[in-house]
Amino acid sequence: MQQSLASRIAIALIGWAVALLLFFPIFWMVLTSFKTETDAITASLVFHPTLVSYAEVFQRANYLGFALNSVVIALGGTVLALLFSVPAAYSMAFHPTPRTRGTLLWMLSTKMLPPVGVLVPIYLLFKFTGLLDTRTGLIIIYALMNLPITVWMLFTFYKEVPNEILEAGRMDGASTWGELVHILLPLTLPGVASTGLLSLILCWNEAFWSLNLTSSQAAPLTAFIASFSAPEGLFFAKLSAASTMAVAPILVFGWFSQKQLVQGLTFGAVK
Amino acid sequence: MQAGTANSTLIHGAGGTPPGGHAAPTSHKQTTGWLVMPSVGVLLVWMIVPLAMTLWFAFQRYNMIDPTIRGFAGLSNFQDMVTDPDFWASLKNTLLLLGSVLVITVCLGTLLAVLFNQSFPGRNIARVLAISPFFIMPTVAALVWKNLLLHPIYGVVGVLAQKFGFTPIDFFAQFPLASVIAVVSWEWLPFALLILLTAVQSLDTDQLEAARMDGAGPVAQFFFITLPHLSRAISVVIMIETIFLLGVFAEILVTTNGGPGNASTNLAYLIYSRALLQFDVGAASAGGVVAIVLANIVAFFLVRTVARRLET
Repeated sequence: MQQSLASRIAIALIGWAVALLLFFPIFWMVLTSFKTETDAITASLVFHPTLVSYAEVFQRANYLGFALNSVVIALGGTVLALLFSVPAAYSMAFHPTPRTRGTLLWMLSTKMLPPVGVLVPIYLLFKFTGLLDTRTGLIIIYALMNLPITVWMLFTFYKEVPNEILEAGRMDGASTWGELVHILLPLTLPGVASTGLLSLILCWNEAFWSLNLTSSQAAPLTAFIASFSAPEGLFFAKLSAASTMAVAPILVFGWFSQKQLVQGLTFGAVK
Repeated sequence: MQAGTANSTLIHGAGGTPPGGHAAPTSHKQTTGWLVMPSVGVLLVWMIVPLAMTLWFAFQRYNMIDPTIRGFAGLSNFQDMVTDPDFWASLKNTLLLLGSVLVITVCLGTLLAVLFNQSFPGRNIARVLAISPFFIMPTVAALVWKNLLLHPIYGVVGVLAQKFGFTPIDFFAQFPLASVIAVVSWEWLPFALLILLTAVQSLDTDQLEAARMDGAGPVAQFFFITLPHLSRAISVVIMIETIFLLGVFAEILVTTNGGPGNASTNLAYLIYSRALLQFDVGAASAGGVVAIVLANIVAFFLVRTVARRLET
């Protein structure tokens, strides 16, 4: 399409202005994290970069403990969800029955149950079973929370594998297990990986259950950052340093999985 | 219309496989239905047990720290709820938050999707920057906005305001709900942009070209071709955002604590405060029932939209 030079320049300018404006809070957070507390509250662009805030976050708070909780819970929830969803998606994609469609839609509908609607029972169940403030508890919740999404995403990926390939394997005497592990999994590894990545992102950033069901032992980074909301004193630089470390890995993951994210989050309705 | 037709379609696999190929794999028919059972089982428990408990508690007198308060409550939890000004305030705030964020993110998201579909130098980098806020955890997003950006004295906006001679505003104290709306919109605009951009990219450029030949200006092209093409993606964005926005919680907890008063209390925060601050299980569960009903109305439409596209 032919466009005048002026309009092309205008589009580039507006595009970049919008992008920088939306990114500004993140940029500012990263910038502030390299300031001292005194520099942090001056909102100036000129300062001596220092890692002192990072060092203090590590010293004062048990940052690594929270980070470890985040990693364990996110990985645990994701692996558990995949363990359940890989076989389910396989069966539904390659051996659909008249009930498959209804099952898929029903799974989607379980995602519609608002967490806040079941906060009370889950809290009480966790209290009675001793799961409150444990990693296991959050891993279970996150796996269940993401299960419909992972089933749907894997189902979409599996549908793109021609059935002939599996047929051929079956001719050669592959069992269901062999078919799944030796033929399908290598073929759809990118799909499984991006499904896992989406699940990791969702687990990492989840801030309803993690804030309500943990207090100290199993609290992940979302809860650690929330502790900075306490009104005593202003710790802009430390808040920024802790926040930057908390969001950096997931931000990078997110950049690499944009496409899959769209499919996963819209249940394949937008491609 | 949805169920019957697609159920009979057992064809799968990529790109135009002849139906006869494997539609009826008679010799190798395997029953793998049991592989679905674990997922269905755990989801069934995950759905039914808490749902039943919420309904049960909603009709009970139950306080977590006062064991003398027990027994069947009839409709009294619901009666208390509808006579509680906090409940109506929270319902109003929930809907205001939902409506405002939806309007902001869908309108801006559509415009930005069209913008980022144009080619300009560094577009891919600009796009990555623009969608980044979606990956920021809610507690970080809220605290960065509250302190680094909007703090009346030390925040960027406050400092700039002072520099230009304006009186700095304590946004979260004076406009609590609007401030929360700003934070949540910042988080969800990238989502709308990401989904709608994907949809815009699938638009047939020939069609736009033809419209241009016929003398349609950019505005006409947008309203008569792009927007209708996006309608489905827009409805998906609206429904998915609705599900998440009904449960906005962390952003409120770390910034305003629902206050001042109940000015920024939404249904999620009200239920949390009834359950975990006042230990009133009955009242919280009654609120939970309302949240579930609200979400189900949305779910009904979402499932219907997705169903139309689903091939099994």
